[in-house]
Amino acid sequence: MIPVHYYLIVSAIMFITGVVGVLTRRNAIIIFMCIELMLNSVNLTFVAFSAYLGNVSGQIFVFFVMAVAAAEAAVGLAIVIALFRNRQTVNINEINLLKW
Amino acid sequence: MYEYVGLIVLFPLIGLLINGLLGRKIKSEVLVGTIGSAAVGLSFIVAAAIFVDMLGAAADDRSHVVTLFTWLAAGSFKVSAAYQVDQLSILMTLVVTGVGFLIHVYSIGYMHGDRGFWRFFTYLNLFIFAMLNLVLADNYVLMFLGWEGVGLCSYLLIGFWYDKKFPGVSITWTGDAANKAFYVNRIGDFAFMIGMFLIFKEFGTLTYYEVMDQAEAVAVGDGTMFWITLLLFIGATGKSAQIPLFIWLPDAMAGPTPVSALIHAATMVTAGVYMVARNAALYALAPDTMMIVAIVGAVTAIMAASIGIAQNDIKKVLAYSTVSQLGFMFLALGVGAFTAAIFHLMTHAFFKACLFLGSGSVIHALHEEQDIRRMGGLKRIMPRTYWTFLISSFAIAGFPPLSGFFSKDEILWKAFADASPILWGIGAIAAFMTAFYMFRMVTLTFLGEARWESGKHPHESPASMTIPLIVLAFLAIFGGFVGVPAVLGGGNAIHQWLHPVYFQAEQIMRLPEHHNHALEYLLMGISVAIALGGFLLGRNMYLKDPEADRKLMKLGVLYRVLANKYYIDEAYDGAVVKPLVKSSETLLYRVFDVGIIDGIVNGLGRLATATSSMLRTVQTGIIQNYAAVLVLGIVLVLGLIILI
Repeated sequence: MIPVHYYLIVSAIMFITGVVGVLTRRNAIIIFMCIELMLNSVNLTFVAFSAYLGNVSGQIFVFFVMAVAAAEAAVGLAIVIALFRNRQTVNINEINLLKW
Repeated sequence: MYEYVGLIVLFPLIGLLINGLLGRKIKSEVLVGTIGSAAVGLSFIVAAAIFVDMLGAAADDRSHVVTLFTWLAAGSFKVSAAYQVDQLSILMTLVVTGVGFLIHVYSIGYMHGDRGFWRFFTYLNLFIFAMLNLVLADNYVLMFLGWEGVGLCSYLLIGFWYDKKFPGVSITWTGDAANKAFYVNRIGDFAFMIGMFLIFKEFGTLTYYEVMDQAEAVAVGDGTMFWITLLLFIGATGKSAQIPLFIWLPDAMAGPTPVSALIHAATMVTAGVYMVARNAALYALAPDTMMIVAIVGAVTAIMAASIGIAQNDIKKVLAYSTVSQLGFMFLALGVGAFTAAIFHLMTHAFFKACLFLGSGSVIHALHEEQDIRRMGGLKRIMPRTYWTFLISSFAIAGFPPLSGFFSKDEILWKAFADASPILWGIGAIAAFMTAFYMFRMVTLTFLGEARWESGKHPHESPASMTIPLIVLAFLAIFGGFVGVPAVLGGGNAIHQWLHPVYFQAEQIMRLPEHHNHALEYLLMGISVAIALGGFLLGRNMYLKDPEADRKLMKLGVLYRVLANKYYIDEAYDGAVVKPLVKSSETLLYRVFDVGIIDGIVNGLGRLATATSSMLRTVQTGIIQNYAAVLVLGIVLVLGLIILI
């Protein structure tokens, strides 16, 4: 059996990748994908602990996360499309209306 | 009967509310005028009923306090809306409502056709209301309410014709004259208030009889008493137009003539005399103040009388005459002859109101002409105005047996006997000048050839104006008989009547009784001779030559000084007004207001802007920066949790 910390290390790498992606990339779709990556790294942790502890509640949680992520993806992509229609770009550096 | 004193004050209030709220809607001038006059007339009837009731009561049962409600209460300090009905206040009330009623009736004719007719009667009723509060109040605070109220009405009525020009030193419009009256009175009122505070500090109460009771324990010449009485007297110099604050009264003639008669001759300007008389017991404790009062009164009397000689505006002459007569009253107060002061106040109200209303009648007939050099020959055209004016002139000049003779002579006699022959001398010279300028005016206005511009058709005034004149003329003749002195076989009824009010003051002063009848007769004879001399000189000089002023002009500088009112307006303007305006403009406005106050406020604003403009760069609008800060924060918090 593969020890649990292997899963945790992979999950951590995935999460860090996601965070760095969110912070550094300019394309809204890629940022979006990075967020999904972070969510999935969490899912991986859940599943790993679930198997390790022999408790199914972790796996049930994963379903909830996936359902929310699906809903979030639908809304998020719709926003990106609306943004693109308005400004002909998905580069978030050009979408800085929050400025003073 | 005295419980009904509230009604006296209530009627003018009702009249003022009706005319003030509905006057604009009421189209009929007669109705507005009737409401205004009836309000005062009813007050007079109630006051007269109380007076009759009081006559029937025993001498020591004539003073009552009627409390309506508690006005202010703070700890031990309590002020009630309470009226003190006694011999002095009822006398004042009768004069105010009686003369006030006549002047209201006169105004119906005089103000006919004025677009502010209802406004005029509203102000007049407000004035009567305030004046009655002033004379009836049983404490200083309510008196001060009335005191300020009459000042307000004076302001409103001086500037009544606010779009009319009025010439004067630093004055262009009637409104400027109104402002001047208001400002000058503020100075006096300030002193009055400090005096009031001092009384409270000293006695812990502001009710007259409580103050007077406690004053019995104070020694004569007490330092605090000196300051209290002096400050109150400064208040009186403002209201009653004495040196140094008399300058507003001549300019107050900018108002309609009935106002000059009611406010600036008969009633309001005597408020200071009444106030000092009301506080006689306190003044008796401060002989130094009494001396100041007497000297100020005497100097004002002679100074104003001398200015009156060289004036050509009929109302200005009367205005300076009023200042001069008020000086006589203060002279009387200063020598301790309080009853004589009140007596003269009363007779003066009669004849001066009559004179002012008569001058109004003349001005009315000549279409707003006020220069006596352009009058003359009105005797035949306006007989009623002429005769009433003449009678009042004799009264003010002091011809026996008219009212002015008794009151003025008593003042001069008391000044001689109880103070010093010098004060008597000043008063006597002022009396001579009074007779002279009065008959100069009578002669120039009514006698000789007509000198008014052709095209004017003067006419006698309507009955609503002449009837008050006739009534006042009768009062000017017979009003003096209430104070016929003992040497002439009279009982001096007014002295007996007021005696209980001044009992305390007289106890303190202990003036000697005078039995030197020969001296009194002699002085009386001199008074009559003086009046006669002034009359003959004034009449003959100007009857022969209406331009006899040229003879006076030979006095050169002296005449110019008189004609220009001793340059006092100019001196005050240069010494007080201009520097004040100048320093306000430069120091207060440019340096303090713009520089310091605005500087601080704008500086705070600029500080906020500057710091914000630095801080706002944090808000880049780039979402990733916010996210980075968020992540950094999480890492920091997590790191802390793990490490600790």
